[in-house]
Amino acid sequence: MKRKTSSKIKERAIEGILLLSALSSIFITLSIVFILFYEALGFFKEVPVREFLTGTQWTPLFAQPKFGILPLVSGTLLVTGIAVLVALPVGLIVAVYLSEYAPHKIREIAKPILELLAAVPTVVYGYFALLFLTPILRNFIPALSGFNALSPGIIMGVMIIPYVSSVSEDSMKAVPMHIREGSYATGATKFQTAFRVIIPSAFSGIAAAFVIGISRAIGETMVVAIAAGMMPNLTLNAVEPIQTLTAYIVGVSLGDVPHGTLEYKTIFAAGITLFFMTLFLNILGFWFRRRIREVY
Amino acid sequence: MVQEKDQRGLLIMRHNEKITQEIRRRIAHNKFRDHLFWIIGLLSTLIGFVVLFTLIIDLFADGFPRLSWSFLTSYPSRFPEKAGILSAWVGTTLVMIVTAAAAVPLGIATGVYLEEYSKKNWSTHIIEINMNNLAGVPSIIYGLLALGLFVYFLKLGESILTGGLTLGLLILPMVVISTRESIKAIPNSIREASYALGATKWQTIKDHILPYSIGGILTGMIIGLSRAIGETAPIITVGALTFIAFLPSSPVTSAFPFLTFKWLFDPFTVMPIQMFNWVSRPQKEFHLNAAAAGIILLLMTLVMNGFAVYLRYKFRKRIKW
Repeated sequence: MKRKTSSKIKERAIEGILLLSALSSIFITLSIVFILFYEALGFFKEVPVREFLTGTQWTPLFAQPKFGILPLVSGTLLVTGIAVLVALPVGLIVAVYLSEYAPHKIREIAKPILELLAAVPTVVYGYFALLFLTPILRNFIPALSGFNALSPGIIMGVMIIPYVSSVSEDSMKAVPMHIREGSYATGATKFQTAFRVIIPSAFSGIAAAFVIGISRAIGETMVVAIAAGMMPNLTLNAVEPIQTLTAYIVGVSLGDVPHGTLEYKTIFAAGITLFFMTLFLNILGFWFRRRIREVY
Repeated sequence: MVQEKDQRGLLIMRHNEKITQEIRRRIAHNKFRDHLFWIIGLLSTLIGFVVLFTLIIDLFADGFPRLSWSFLTSYPSRFPEKAGILSAWVGTTLVMIVTAAAAVPLGIATGVYLEEYSKKNWSTHIIEINMNNLAGVPSIIYGLLALGLFVYFLKLGESILTGGLTLGLLILPMVVISTRESIKAIPNSIREASYALGATKWQTIKDHILPYSIGGILTGMIIGLSRAIGETAPIITVGALTFIAFLPSSPVTSAFPFLTFKWLFDPFTVMPIQMFNWVSRPQKEFHLNAAAAGIILLLMTLVMNGFAVYLRYKFRKRIKW
């Protein structure tokens, strides 16, 4: 009898420990939000929110500093836009090919190799963008500067192909076979089936995949920090050097920033902007993924 | 379809012929598009391979001549031909030990709780949403978290411990997700059989659930660590130095108790930061060093990923329910 109670206590204790571990993830999120808000609040005490959101110059290190976030946001959106132009079409085509066309054997080989694309360290991609792709592109686009948004954008696009393709493919694979068979029975080709039946049926999953890809591109740091230059630049011209939110944070961190200075707080202001951009996309992606399960 | 009556019926035949031709044309057209897409799909899939292949060739072409024993055993230097990656790979190894020690127990415990204990209620739901959200937070945000929390609030300094914990938080969602997936794959009959013998919940987990899911958990852990090895941004943010010409204090000492943890609080650098440092210099010679460091880094991640694929394959083969 005694043994039973002691083992019961042990069971409860273990459950408690496991619960605490599970709650740690909540704690992590709360600390992210708390620290970003706390430090950013310090920043906004000295810089009005209005100036931050509408200013067109970001020169925090100058003698007369300007704190307009727009150049960093435009840099982020420009590189992300280029990456998305590469990754979304290619990722979707790859997903359709692997899900509907490719023989089993090709799929078994292609999927792990594609996943390797996402496993290559981003600093290696940065090297590749700066020292391989940019010189090649300069042969075709003479106006391209040594640091530019185009080359890291393209490389980032290739890098996020597997994120887009694997989630899209999973959701296409989840479309029941009888829906495909119904389409084939009316005489549709694989192409017609894929684009008129499978893609609309798997829409939620594909949308989620796109959102995940975009969110990755916004948060990507090293490729742009290496190959895009470190110049806040309010432009949508891809041949110019730019700076993204992430690259700014890295740039400041590389120097020795004294704790508590306004400069130290700027990286949190940039960070909170980034956090909200990706949070919005993550919630959107989560909402789309929830819908997948509701369809069938 | 206009039908004209003709005495011989030839006209109708001709009409049908036209329609048949039209149908044939459409079928051919559709088949052509089908084949065309087959080719486009294959080519698109190949884009990834081509980039990966070119990248590896480019790295090797630039960096292979720099690879030597002395490259592995030298500290960074102002002279590119004398510089090496000793402090970088030692730093990476030590940081990975801390990362694994932080992320693996916490991740497995979280995964086990969510799969085996939690009831389907709103609090579980929140933990799940939160986990998905954490997996999507950019790595540099983890760097900012670590800068505020570990470096300044907990006063752990710009140390190996801080770096390891930061990357541990970063890969935690990966470990949790792989743990959950491999636990999910275990059929309920196993649990029921264990309960039927009078085992408690924890005994069932310890003696059955965890041993059977260890393959998937290991796979997730290795893939997570391979991701952590290449992570640069959060480590820069917590203030790892880019130029380190000494090693952390040795974890093994000659005096009792032979093990110290002083190294946890030493400053450090890691492989990707060393590579980043060399890439950002203007001199071509340092770029070659960067390529050589890139080769080592790439090999580390590819070997780990390959090992994970092998493990997944092996365990999938061994266990048949």
